[in-house]
Amino acid sequence: MTPEYKITPKQNWFLKLKELGSYRELFYFFAWRDVKVRYKQTILGFLWAILQPIAMMLIFTIFFSGLLSVPTDGLPGPVFYFSGLLLWNFFSSGLSGATNSMINNSSIIKKVYFPRIVIPGSAIFANFFDFLMGIIAFLGLIAYYAVSGNGTEFLSWKIIPFYTLATLLCGMTTLGTGLFISALSVKYRDFRYIVPFMIQFLLFASPVIYPVSVLGGSVWEKLLALNPLTGVMALARAGFTGVALDPAIITISGISALLLLLLGIFTFSSTESYFADIA
Amino acid sequence: MNNMIEARGVSKKYNITKSEAPYMSLREQILRLGKQQKKETFWALKDLSFNVKPGECLGIIGKNGAGKSTLLKILSRITPPTEGTISMRGRVASLLEVGTGFHPELNGKENIYLNGSVLGMKASEIKKRMEEIVDFSGVERFLETPLKHYSSGMQMRLAFAVAAHLDPEILLIDEVLAVGDTEFQKKCIGRMGQVSRSGRTVIFVSHDLGSLKSLCPTSILLKQGTLAFHGNTEDAIAQYMTNTVDEKSSLISQKNRKGNGSVIFTKIELLQGSKLIPSNSFISGDQLTIKLHYTVSSTSIKISDVHVGIQIHDFLGKFVTVFNNKTSGFNFSHLPKEGFFECTVDKLPITSGNYSVSAGLIINNILADQVSNISEFSVSPGDFFGTGFVKKEKREGVYIPHNWEIKSDNH
Repeated sequence: MTPEYKITPKQNWFLKLKELGSYRELFYFFAWRDVKVRYKQTILGFLWAILQPIAMMLIFTIFFSGLLSVPTDGLPGPVFYFSGLLLWNFFSSGLSGATNSMINNSSIIKKVYFPRIVIPGSAIFANFFDFLMGIIAFLGLIAYYAVSGNGTEFLSWKIIPFYTLATLLCGMTTLGTGLFISALSVKYRDFRYIVPFMIQFLLFASPVIYPVSVLGGSVWEKLLALNPLTGVMALARAGFTGVALDPAIITISGISALLLLLLGIFTFSSTESYFADIA
Repeated sequence: MNNMIEARGVSKKYNITKSEAPYMSLREQILRLGKQQKKETFWALKDLSFNVKPGECLGIIGKNGAGKSTLLKILSRITPPTEGTISMRGRVASLLEVGTGFHPELNGKENIYLNGSVLGMKASEIKKRMEEIVDFSGVERFLETPLKHYSSGMQMRLAFAVAAHLDPEILLIDEVLAVGDTEFQKKCIGRMGQVSRSGRTVIFVSHDLGSLKSLCPTSILLKQGTLAFHGNTEDAIAQYMTNTVDEKSSLISQKNRKGNGSVIFTKIELLQGSKLIPSNSFISGDQLTIKLHYTVSSTSIKISDVHVGIQIHDFLGKFVTVFNNKTSGFNFSHLPKEGFFECTVDKLPITSGNYSVSAGLIINNILADQVSNISEFSVSPGDFFGTGFVKKEKREGVYIPHNWEIKSDNH
């Protein structure tokens, strides 16, 4: 069947999912390019994807858990930080990748048509590869605790479903924020400078290096849950034995992430047709 | 049969903001808040309607800024029209640039996949045609080398090779043939001819009127965003040429002139062939006609002797030849009040290159008007001697009919 379509001045308010499906391959190619190019001309190559979170984990363990004795929900410091950092890195590198993707690919945007969402979408997806490499390191860390036998009581199979849920919520949050900001960044280049600052701020505003329980169930905790990353971090550690999970936090964060995703899609879809004129 | 493309009332408006960049910083937005923004609008396209039939190869011509690229961008869905609709029936691929999406860090093969995918090819299709693409590009030895180590020529070949193997139902092409060496260009044009003959619908934008003529039977002429002509390509080119020549050819405002001004040149026209098509490009051996329009501005003068000359210089300003009515034996003793001198060269005896035209007029042995560099034209290699052997000369000069013989010394 030959495709038939009309070109009109009208704008979309939502994604054309069927069309998007036919550009699946381009999505993979862009993500593949980003992954391939990222570690070109480095000696350690893909190992960097593992070394980065390990280094951060060590720093946090030494300073926060060791010197400042920030509580870690009763988990060993390395496990607590690593479980949070993996998802945090996925979010932060996905967001900065999506923000820069539109400007980096502006020459393609001006010369070829495809649903523009492929660009920030694939930029985020490319970071999923680093995330998976991190998961392998995480498994290694857990295996170390299991084999060495010093404190295995926190381990449970429940980690798997909870961590999967956390990853899904994190993906939604990253995509929503990424689409919203990448759409705006085409017109307002300020976001290239705002986003790195925002990411730094969010690291402290989200329970990555401290547990959700630090706020002790107050109204502040519910307010913090408006930041979907609160829910992400709560879910990430909920699978460990002995870590309490407040359903209210997950509900608030879940709704917040969903709204953020819709906002991102609407903003992107309603402005994407004019990207070529202003990119 | 249904039309492949139906455009109805297509218009495109651009807002020209006063700031240098089309994007704005938040600071600017905040500063402008509440203030009425000064916006100028510019219609790049205005009310365009046309149809393209299946298998048609349509050319688009027009001067810079006439809206050619904007039209192509709308057709390829890169930017939406402000008004109007276009219906498309078929898979569209647009080549507004070659090598879109190339990444310098990736190797040749990886870039073929990436570029092909960006242009709308399926991975399976690319895989199937990989060998053909590599063959066409002629860079098979460097497939595993990162693109950043390629010469620009090699990058171009690789890019063209991918583009040449696109297989859409509708193909939109912009000016991309203007690059690359001559031999490779020929290969590409040949390939494009193949594509259009195989029943694909092609829309082709080019300044290269020669290749446009050989590829597209019909063309659209755009003039300041509106459709000025749609039909036979030769007619479209003729109209385009008249338009461009018309604007340049007026000599009235020419300041740099000598003579007493009793008679002045008002306009020059260069015409090609027996059909007298206005043109600035000729082929050695073409019929060239130069029309020099004049006005007698002094009423008191009684004209008894007219001496008119046209000089041809090469682009460095060196004299090449002259057409002079007295030396060639055409004597005139009177001059209508307004009219034109028509000088016809049956077979242009000039080698390939670029030339400029100057003219002078002497009335009753007194210089009336002299104007320099009033028109330019280019000459392409042609069969001046009618032997079928065409050679591109490296320098501007003249062909002179002559004879050759070989004789033996032994007699």
